[in-house]
Amino acid sequence: MSQVSNALSPERGGRLVRGAVLAYIGFLVLLPLAALAQHGLAGGFAALRQALSTPAALHALWLTLWSAAVMALINALMGTATAWALVRYRFPGRSFLSTLVDLPFAIPTLVTGVMLVILYGPHGLMGGWLNAADMKIAFAPPGILLALLFVTLPFVVRAVEPVLLEQDPAEEEAARTLGAGPFSIFLRVLLPPLLPAILSGSVRSFARALGEFGSIVVVSGNIPYKTLTAPIYIFGEIEAGEPQAAAAVSLVLLVLAVALTYAGRALEKWAGVRSV
Amino acid sequence: MSIRVSHLNKRFGSGAGQFVAVDDVCLEVESGELVAFLGPSGSGKSTILRIIAGLETADSGSVYFSGQAADHLHARSRGVGFVFQHYALFRHMTVAENIAFGLRVQGKARAEQQRRVHELLDLMGLAGLGERYPGQLSGGQRQRVALARALAPEPQVLLLDEPFGAVDARVREELRHWLRRLHDEVHVTSIFVTHDQEEAFSVADKVIVINRGHVEQAASPAAILDHPATEFVARFIGDANVYEGVTHGGYVAVGKLQVPADGLPDGTPVSAVLRFYDLKFWKEEQGIARVVRTMTLGDRVKVEAVIDDGPVIYSQFPRRSSLLTGIEPGCRIHIEVTLARLYPQNAAAGVTVTAA
Amino acid sequence: MPGAPWKNGRGCAVSDAGRLTPGQAILLALVLGYLGLILVVPLAAMAIRGLEAGPGVLLEVFADPAAREGLRLTLILALIALIGNGLFGVAAGLVLVRHRFLGRRLLDTLVDLPLAVSPVMTGLAFLLLYGRGGWLEPWLAWAGIKVGFAFPGLVLATLFVTFPFTLREVAYVLIELGTDEEEAAVTLGASPWQTFRLVTFPNIRFGLGYGLVLTLARALGEFGAVLVIGGAISGQTQTATTFIYNALEERQEAAAYGMALILAAASVLFLLALEWIKRQRGKEK
Repeated sequence: MSQVSNALSPERGGRLVRGAVLAYIGFLVLLPLAALAQHGLAGGFAALRQALSTPAALHALWLTLWSAAVMALINALMGTATAWALVRYRFPGRSFLSTLVDLPFAIPTLVTGVMLVILYGPHGLMGGWLNAADMKIAFAPPGILLALLFVTLPFVVRAVEPVLLEQDPAEEEAARTLGAGPFSIFLRVLLPPLLPAILSGSVRSFARALGEFGSIVVVSGNIPYKTLTAPIYIFGEIEAGEPQAAAAVSLVLLVLAVALTYAGRALEKWAGVRSV
Repeated sequence: MSIRVSHLNKRFGSGAGQFVAVDDVCLEVESGELVAFLGPSGSGKSTILRIIAGLETADSGSVYFSGQAADHLHARSRGVGFVFQHYALFRHMTVAENIAFGLRVQGKARAEQQRRVHELLDLMGLAGLGERYPGQLSGGQRQRVALARALAPEPQVLLLDEPFGAVDARVREELRHWLRRLHDEVHVTSIFVTHDQEEAFSVADKVIVINRGHVEQAASPAAILDHPATEFVARFIGDANVYEGVTHGGYVAVGKLQVPADGLPDGTPVSAVLRFYDLKFWKEEQGIARVVRTMTLGDRVKVEAVIDDGPVIYSQFPRRSSLLTGIEPGCRIHIEVTLARLYPQNAAAGVTVTAA
Repeated sequence: MPGAPWKNGRGCAVSDAGRLTPGQAILLALVLGYLGLILVVPLAAMAIRGLEAGPGVLLEVFADPAAREGLRLTLILALIALIGNGLFGVAAGLVLVRHRFLGRRLLDTLVDLPLAVSPVMTGLAFLLLYGRGGWLEPWLAWAGIKVGFAFPGLVLATLFVTFPFTLREVAYVLIELGTDEEEAAVTLGASPWQTFRLVTFPNIRFGLGYGLVLTLARALGEFGAVLVIGGAISGQTQTATTFIYNALEERQEAAAYGMALILAAASVLFLLALEWIKRQRGKEK
């Protein structure tokens, strides 16, 4: 049911504002993305397919999708667990950790990459031990995963928290009086309302991870066919003076971004996050 | 200022999901009257009120203020005071600022604003609370602030949308007294919307019963009780037993109870409405009904009985009533029908009111 | 009874650390371990490196004119984003929530897109739009403005990436509050501007503030888009973040870490600001 009542319907001033807002959005967001899409398709589908079938591009896309998917899965699990612990347990340091969860929203991605290199790089704090154990984190896929997990940490946690807070303990008590064990209660009473929130958070973190650049460009070493993700591939093509190839791969990511944004919004609505 | 509503229509939604909220409504409110719009949830009474206020626009029809058409006037120019069910107080302003708001946006001088605020704080029994915030007040206090705020700019009309719905029973009674006293002092034309009969009847001069978007009856409380104009009003107002039956031999049988049906041809399907206070029960061995239970409700006793070969029937008596002598669960009673209202369910004409 | 939840003030079931079942304890340990590994340890590493290097490293950064210029440029861009997207966010939030018009649903998705679009794609999009052969290139030539590898490009990129924050926060608050207070204001005779100024704006203050802090943090941290559109030309289009990048490329690790420390410290301040606002909002309820 729309919230608009007729006494609040926009008058002349309101309509002007609306026009200005639409023009701003069109100019700032729609236009550039449309230009990007157009360039991606400029050579026709044949050129597009060709640009996408270079082994480097394919691998980059595959690596990006794979690492984002693994990350989204881990996020779904651990993000939910984190929200659970923060909402339902009381322990020393709880509010400190709760605040810290928002850190990835505040810190520049590049600085994140730098932090990870300081920690896991060859000259890093853990560098010696890692070398000894013959493990590589920086300049290897694990580094990408850790960077993505850092950057997307808040998404699932913050999506699940409000749903947990709204949960009425009476439902759990009722289930307990009817003889259900804790696991059963979790599955049947608590999980169903959480599921949309978990999904919406995971989808949004997945979308975010697909485009991640700043942290990965520092920590991954950008090794082609090993740690070169799609955004870095795009960057490489721009630097190499191949905007066409860059636009082609960008188009794929753009389509995914649009689809995921739409899905994320729909999931948010399902989760009851009141949406426009 | 008088209000007249003429052939108002309003639909919500479109296509299959369309909902007719207001259906060709015509009504009048005299200057200075205190009128209640009474009806069940979803009857359209709030919508009509909001259209009068200008908060919604009707699909067709007109609203007249003292004979002048008001349809083209925006809500802010109608001189209407509106009180919302959930107060709608400005949460970031103090009580005094809330009350002064209407004067402030009109550009009245500070001194004038303050004077009026104090006047209203006293009138509504809120003296000393001027600097508090709405969040610090009780439900009853908040609603009184809402009233004061609506009255501050001296509106021509005061409209209240289920104003006492959000508070509990005791506070509701207090607020009803406030509203009545307020009206006696200020004499502003007022309309309030409610689904509570007792509220409508105890506060208003005139009650307009609304159901499914149209007006069922507009009259004084006594007139509505004694002469309900439609079946809906008869069923909705006052406590009543309602039975479906078919006339036969000049009577409608409700189990073994014969209700006279003078004037109706045999075979007419009817709804019979028997008000609690139009019935008399007394203990009788050969009675046609058996008492199931008696419920003591303060100063009244409600009796539940089953008519032989028939349905359950209720009535109510004052605790000291001699009719109740010996009435207890299991005993048999006689039922006398002082007045019955029969509404034919086919196309046959109106009401038949029969006395035993 | 161990593990049995009691209700906290908000009515949701809560368990005390001292009374956890083994299962709950394991979960808590897992969560703490995870947060430690992902969040706390890298942050601590940065802090340790910072302490090792001592305050001298900060002084070095401020002594470097290129670094100072980078910070100055970043702050200017952030200010523009705050003002531009702050104003726009409020207006757009109102329009999106309170108006009804064709294409509103589409706009919904469009508005969230900058959160999902990779920064390098953003930079590329602007390059293509305003560069050679781009749709708007002739207009630029006529107006004598350069967008690619110039300040205007940086402004556009920063506005793009910070675009959704204030809008979303304001929209959420508007939806939660409903229209009752605004309707009341109208019946009392307020004009649309008076209604906004006296009733709507005070109610969205905290949402707006939260969105502004997020905008500021994002603007300060923007990297990929400004790198691509600006080219990180020292003295012209080098922001604080691209300064770090260039420094790393040139193996000037000390300078890079110094600047990173500054930005990290700023982030912590932003975090505290966000926390403070959340608390104020909680108190209001």
